[in-house]
Amino acid sequence: MASAAASFYRERDEPAAPSSGASYDPTYVPDSVKTFVSHLYRHIRERNVYETHQMYEGGFHRLSDRHFRDIPWPSAEAVAPHCDGDHVFLLLYRELWFRHAHARVPGLSPAHRAESWDNYCSLFGLILKGVLNMQLPNQWLWDMVDEFVYQFQSFCQYRAKLKNKTQEEINLLKQYDEAWSVYGVLNYLKALVDKSMIGEILEREKEGLEQFTATDGYDYEGGSNVLKMLGYYSMIGLLRVHCLLGDYHTGLKCLAPIDISQQGVYTTVIGSHVSTIYHYGFANLMLRRYADGIREFNKILSYILKCKQYHQNSPQYDQLLKKNEQMYAILAICLSLCPQDKLMDETVNNQLKEKYGDKMTKMHRYDDEAYAIYDELFSYACPKFITAAPPVLKEPFTNYNQDAYRLQLKLFLYEVKQQHLLSGIRSYLKLYSTITISKLAKYMDADEVTLRTILMTYKHKMHSVDSDGKVISSADFDFYIDEVA
Amino acid sequence: MANEQPVESYTVEELVAVNPYNPDILSDLEGFVNDQVSNQTYNLDANLSLLRLYQFEPERLSVQIVSRILIKALMAMPGPDFSLCLFLIPEHVQMEEQFKTLIILSHYLETARFRQFWDEAAKNHNILDFVPGFEQAIQTHAIHVLSLTYQKVPRAVLAEAINIEGLALDKFLEYHVANSGWVIEKGTHSQLIVLPRSEFNHPELKKNTAEIVPFEHVTRIFPVLS
Repeated sequence: MASAAASFYRERDEPAAPSSGASYDPTYVPDSVKTFVSHLYRHIRERNVYETHQMYEGGFHRLSDRHFRDIPWPSAEAVAPHCDGDHVFLLLYRELWFRHAHARVPGLSPAHRAESWDNYCSLFGLILKGVLNMQLPNQWLWDMVDEFVYQFQSFCQYRAKLKNKTQEEINLLKQYDEAWSVYGVLNYLKALVDKSMIGEILEREKEGLEQFTATDGYDYEGGSNVLKMLGYYSMIGLLRVHCLLGDYHTGLKCLAPIDISQQGVYTTVIGSHVSTIYHYGFANLMLRRYADGIREFNKILSYILKCKQYHQNSPQYDQLLKKNEQMYAILAICLSLCPQDKLMDETVNNQLKEKYGDKMTKMHRYDDEAYAIYDELFSYACPKFITAAPPVLKEPFTNYNQDAYRLQLKLFLYEVKQQHLLSGIRSYLKLYSTITISKLAKYMDADEVTLRTILMTYKHKMHSVDSDGKVISSADFDFYIDEVA
Repeated sequence: MANEQPVESYTVEELVAVNPYNPDILSDLEGFVNDQVSNQTYNLDANLSLLRLYQFEPERLSVQIVSRILIKALMAMPGPDFSLCLFLIPEHVQMEEQFKTLIILSHYLETARFRQFWDEAAKNHNILDFVPGFEQAIQTHAIHVLSLTYQKVPRAVLAEAINIEGLALDKFLEYHVANSGWVIEKGTHSQLIVLPRSEFNHPELKKNTAEIVPFEHVTRIFPVLS
């Protein structure tokens, strides 16, 4: 915990020393970093996206590992001489600085987090003016949006844990109460979507009037891809934020302009592909559209199996593995609630059986152990839900960072319990080509009236209604009742 | 993100589309909920936007408005709207008596326990009476579920599901025979209502044809592997 509160004093724009205890001199710039900064700056000015990407992906992480394992990079002021003090470049540099600090430097204070927020405001504010003419690698632009949402989520978690905070930390939270407001986050993402006109671009592309996917979003006519791609990735950012709030319906609406049944720009950066499908699938789980979730998880898990090896050295590899495991867990849940053998690839099915075969058998029993497993898998795989409202910084100071998660879990388990008699139906009906209600009632140890309600529940739960009012069946197995004279 | 036009000159639907993440529209959205109730209209997106704003500004949450949103959401069944709303309402708010009742009502509908639903609804008619069209909406949902399940449904099962009996039920059946393609047959014990054919109660209408099972002289369930 950040108990070294004394080091929070800082000058404007100068990041405070971290409390890790290691000596950190923000003005010290190793030679390799001087070279890195000046080369990166030059590549961006020369619109050399390939070289920019190499340095961004490779150089930045190598130097982080070598010089800045758990301390921040040099301050923007210290590196300014190596990039002509370029205002825009320094905003980008600071974004990397804060990203690195969030990932590697322990004990980030509200002051740091608030400064990072200010930097995003300046950076996005500038980009929204539409005057930038640089071209940046899509990986970088995706990472920016991804990190923006991550830092928001991290800050919400941080400020919801009030119990062990020092008075200094509470005061800082009071001082920086404007930082990372949910309105700010949502409105920036929406502004990027709107200002970039990405919705219209995608529409025109469908009619053959615009090139977007074909150029992977890049502009080969001297223009900039930055606003366009930030707008594109912000749609996924909005899906993610809405999932964190528990608003799955609106989240999916934000994603709607992207056709996920096809390859697209969202698939060319693996992080964006995985984040999109993970959140899409999770939202569909909560909307009870199990077949839709299963279909997309199957596709991406199959893809990851094939291509995982090519990402082993990438900085995103750990994240990729984690999301991969989480998606198998959600898939196990979906398939337990809605068996669908036909939708599954054999390779993915084998992996699934290996990881969750035992648990899935137990989940079908719908006893206490089954509910415990549903709980376990959901808790492992779910997004880190947040309470968006700012904290009340008065006694008593409690931790309420788990409240949002507990609500979603509770409602999810409630849904599972409502479906608990349905697997019994499946087992019995699969054995018969036809059966009387009275006989089935006897097997299921229920009276006929109850059995009729169970059969109707099955029908209701296995058929969802889409936004156009069309009924869609998720059932791989179905029945009808006839009263025969 | 400044809005050039004053908030009042946009319709609520426009506000939700253009500027949803804005606490200034909260009272407009509340007014819109009341409009939906009196005009018997419904807008899920606007109601979710309001519930989100209540999340961001918990002191402004109105129990009465949330109650109306939830009742309207129940009326949207078989859609999952009720759950979608609950996901956005903090747990301690859900502990209010009114909401507990609505959650129970939703539970009965989700598990097709129509008789228990109508009993509980009758006990709580004072909350539900505020929202015109409630009964009809639930009856429509009940018929939807019956139509997925039955080719022919006995009169008593239908009566229980829609909470209509006797002469009123006769008139109801007349109406649907004339307008919805229902057919009344005489069964061994009672009237049978033949519901419209769809791929859900008539598997032969599905694109992948399934085995059709022969006639028997009792109530039968015909499992169909798709």
